[in-house]
Amino acid sequence: MRLLFEKRKSTSVAALVLVPVVSFLVSLVLTALLLQIFDANPFTTFAAMAVGAFGSSHGFAETLVKAIPLMLTGLGVAIAFKLKFWNIGAEGQLTMGGVAAAGVALFLEPYLPGQSLLLGAVLGGLVAGALWAGIPAILKTSLGVDETLVTLMMNYIAILYAEFLYYGPWRDPKGYGFPGSRMFPEDAWLPRIMGRAHAGIWVALVLAIVLWIVLKRTRWGYEIQIIGASQKAARYQGIAVERNIVLAIMLSGALCGLAGAFEVTGISHRLQQGLTIGYGYTAIIVAWMSQLNPLAVPFVALALAALAVGGDQVQMVMGLPAAMGVVMQGLILFPMLAGSLFTEYTLKVVGSEKSAVCYDQLKE
Amino acid sequence: MDFLNSVLTITIRAGTSLTFATIGEILTERSGILNLGVEGTMLMGALSAFVTVFYTHSLVLGFLVAIGIGGLLALLHAFLTTTMRANQVVSGLSITLFGTGFSSFLGQRLGPATNNFRLVGLRAERIAPLTPGWAENIPILGAFLNQDILTYIVYLLIPVAWFFLYKTRPGLWLRAVGENPQTADAMGINVIKTRYLYTIIGGMLIALGGAHLSLSYTPGWSENITGGRGWIVIALVIFSMWNPARAVWGALLFGGINAVQFRLQASGTSIPASFLNMLPYIGTIAVLVLMTWWEALSKKVGAPAALGTSYMREDK
Repeated sequence: MRLLFEKRKSTSVAALVLVPVVSFLVSLVLTALLLQIFDANPFTTFAAMAVGAFGSSHGFAETLVKAIPLMLTGLGVAIAFKLKFWNIGAEGQLTMGGVAAAGVALFLEPYLPGQSLLLGAVLGGLVAGALWAGIPAILKTSLGVDETLVTLMMNYIAILYAEFLYYGPWRDPKGYGFPGSRMFPEDAWLPRIMGRAHAGIWVALVLAIVLWIVLKRTRWGYEIQIIGASQKAARYQGIAVERNIVLAIMLSGALCGLAGAFEVTGISHRLQQGLTIGYGYTAIIVAWMSQLNPLAVPFVALALAALAVGGDQVQMVMGLPAAMGVVMQGLILFPMLAGSLFTEYTLKVVGSEKSAVCYDQLKE
Repeated sequence: MDFLNSVLTITIRAGTSLTFATIGEILTERSGILNLGVEGTMLMGALSAFVTVFYTHSLVLGFLVAIGIGGLLALLHAFLTTTMRANQVVSGLSITLFGTGFSSFLGQRLGPATNNFRLVGLRAERIAPLTPGWAENIPILGAFLNQDILTYIVYLLIPVAWFFLYKTRPGLWLRAVGENPQTADAMGINVIKTRYLYTIIGGMLIALGGAHLSLSYTPGWSENITGGRGWIVIALVIFSMWNPARAVWGALLFGGINAVQFRLQASGTSIPASFLNMLPYIGTIAVLVLMTWWEALSKKVGAPAALGTSYMREDK
């Protein structure tokens, strides 16, 4: 008797939902073990995390603060991954979005009266993110340059460029050496809805729905799905593969740039150190746990934001490192990856000799 | 000559960790497995080596622990990508995300109580350069011989890895698995076993590269001590066209960029530090574009044909 993987006729809906949920539970168990090793009670720690993230209006507002950029970058990464374009440059695209929005807010006040300054800043962020993502997209489609590396290297370049600006030419002269620009005029501030949480949440939610409709119901979305499934098939159907990839990746970058624009106009009101705290990398987890489905992205982003806020909380209350939350995020991915097999394959127990042809790797 | 020797010395020192990891990743990719977990594995290697040496004062043990941790992380990647057939890109990214977070967590937890359980800012034994007295003042050769034991191992590893890959039977099998697993399987080579084996060996070498950072190049632990080196390694593999003998040029080039950056910063140039720090990353992109362009022109494909694809007999 042996175990055998058999390819499903269609992807299993039950597995699509179950795998992320089970993975989350597995990561809880693994983290509990880890906490035990470090002499911390897992139950009090998890309780402290939950209370920290959802237990008060302040905590919930902070969870939203982290969830908004994760939703937007998660959506961006999901589009790119649908095309099997491994954009791990969300971090840099977010940073360039923040830089451009800050540039508009700081220097274009004379030309953009009233709230149009905010609009200009947000548009600036969108465009900058799109252009920053456009570079690796064009390198990939025209020359075949590996996008994983280019997008990643451009993260470092973007972050160093932002650093140059707030330490150098944009530094606040009255800032007593604080690494940041001067405060934006109030016209460029995004309205807040609760604590530090800002109106960007509505934009993110609407965009999730819009993207879902675009991908499922429009001709362009259909073309994207085909290209993602097989570039060869897309070419046979006369789809402009290269142009569509570049467009979709620029859209992906625009969403990340938007996240950056919201960070500076909604939270810090200036360009400063710590604009991004790894949102662009967590976005990969968000996209993957959502199974690249835009509608699932807001929920997953909220859950991961809660882990991060909860992690900060256990640091303050229990003295555990805040990186706890990041470790948990990482631990979710491994069971997710292992489980993804079951969405496409089903496990069968076979006993006869006939299936000897279909031997599988499990016998190793 | 003093200037040249000092730049070359730093270049080789900086290039050592890159070369270890590059050769490790070449072996892994030659089996058809793309491991993007290099950055996370190097970080875990650097951390575990430093912690071990800090508490046991044994350098040998430090390197062994790093090798073990690297092997375990690679085993996880091999299990997810070959047995569970998970997406190789995402699995590798997960290892890097996890390694980055976990090393940062452990770095704030494994230190002594006197340092608030932190490892940052602590000192431990480091491997010192072993220089034969007669070589010290010879130009160029002096720089090559003013290195620590791991660098001398690298000098050996490069030809050995090349010889193994191109001149031995197991090396041929490894290349066959990466080029065409179906044919390799038909030839009687165990594809799954080969992929597990070289992914694990690769992970060990990658972690050793990380250990060289925390025990020699920049002794001590600091969060993100690798500063993106793991990703530069992925580029170096492409640059070397999957050939260990060529890995040395890439590592020297990037080690050289590090050294130049170092010297310029020390000499107080007017170029802002942020732009100097961009050099390795801009360099990587430039090299990548040039290599891809050149490969397209010469119609030479260096990448193992089956790189990044999972293999199963049932799917034909």
